Amino acid sequence: MQITTQPFADTIVVVPVGRIDHRSAADLEAVLLPLVSQSAERKAALVLDFAGVEYISSVGLRVLMIAARQMRAAGAGLGVAALQSVVAEIFAISRFDKVLTVDATLDDALARVSDAAQAAYRGRRSS
Amino acid sequence: MKSVRFWGTRGSLPVALTSASLADKLRAVLRAARGQALDSDADIERFLAAQPFSLAGTYGGHSACVQIDTGGADYVLCDMGSGLRPFGQAAMARRAGKAQTFHIFMSHLHWDHIMGLPFFVPAFIPGNRVIVYGSHRELEAALRRQQEPPSFPVGFDTIFEGRVEFRHLEPGVPHEAAGMRVTTLLQRHTGDSYGYRFEAGGKVLVYSTDSEHPLADPSHTERFVQFFRDADLVIFDAMYSLADAISVKADWGHSSNVVGVELCQLAGARHLCVTHHEPVFDDAAIDAMLAETRRLEEITRTGSALQVSAAYDGLEIVL
Repeated sequence: MQITTQPFADTIVVVPVGRIDHRSAADLEAVLLPLVSQSAERKAALVLDFAGVEYISSVGLRVLMIAARQMRAAGAGLGVAALQSVVAEIFAISRFDKVLTVDATLDDALARVSDAAQAAYRGRRSS
Repeated sequence: MKSVRFWGTRGSLPVALTSASLADKLRAVLRAARGQALDSDADIERFLAAQPFSLAGTYGGHSACVQIDTGGADYVLCDMGSGLRPFGQAAMARRAGKAQTFHIFMSHLHWDHIMGLPFFVPAFIPGNRVIVYGSHRELEAALRRQQEPPSFPVGFDTIFEGRVEFRHLEPGVPHEAAGMRVTTLLQRHTGDSYGYRFEAGGKVLVYSTDSEHPLADPSHTERFVQFFRDADLVIFDAMYSLADAISVKADWGHSSNVVGVELCQLAGARHLCVTHHEPVFDDAAIDAMLAETRRLEEITRTGSALQVSAAYDGLEIVL
């Protein structure tokens, strides 16, 4: 699995690509949780772009649960966007679709958490 | 080992189908029967077989009790929930005047897993033997305590007259018992619980109920993967959704269908049977959980297919 991050105005977008399984979930945790702490402290939003995620295991979902708790406690926004169909089914079966706000596209997720982030995202796409 | 039969599949507390729930099922079945040709008994059987299990049947409400048919003359069971009472009635019906021996392996000592013993009629019969196995040091004390005043009217020794024996199983060490190789594994549950791996006749059965899985600990996962390795059947506590099991119900000592599928896939197990059903779930909810679990196995499969079942009182699985 590969993980990159992109800032859009006040919002950080985390982009994992590949399978988040029992082995690679630790990589996601190592990247994501420090960003969650930073965002929570600034009360800034964080969005996970899951367009490139093919699979997520329970261990990966646990990392998302920790992130959701910390962001909720800080009053900061957290979103997950663009689930592939298999991952969307895993979210539904595990009931994580009731824990996390899932948006159909990254644009939708950014629009929900920050107008400035959506504007920055759209500006970068059109440039 | 030849087969497994479930006598109790509900978690925490026995439940019963209510009159209102039964009426709902009848209404739904009668609606589905409109326009169907149901003139013969065979037509009716075909029609019922095509209905969802939640309409034509019920998962039942007894708490944990599972029978293992080893092919031997003795009876073998896991846990003594309220399902032990109907099992005992069935054993009495087959008694034919002969002495019977019962080997009972205990996962842990919470009420829902021990409450059947005071109502286990075969243990009242002179000449019968009940051998209770477990890895808890408090095993005998817990079973005696539930029959002390003011909790029960008849004391342990009064009712059983020495017919109930106890055998300690050191965890992690293979034991020979009831004609099987039996190994227990400490599980995460308040007061501890133990999973069982039974091996006999080339078959492997794992009984792992009341077990929470801390997802952040890879060594824990590896222990269970090894314990489940190549099992023909894994009987698994899937009481909660994954989201509930690691949030509002964290530390409640139970697991989810998602973790059950993952552990069985990692272990190369052949059949997962989810049990210890949440008592607030009605039959439709358990049907839906089973369908979701099968779908999860299908979309996450990377090797051989894993068969998935949901236990119900009366279910028999051939190993």
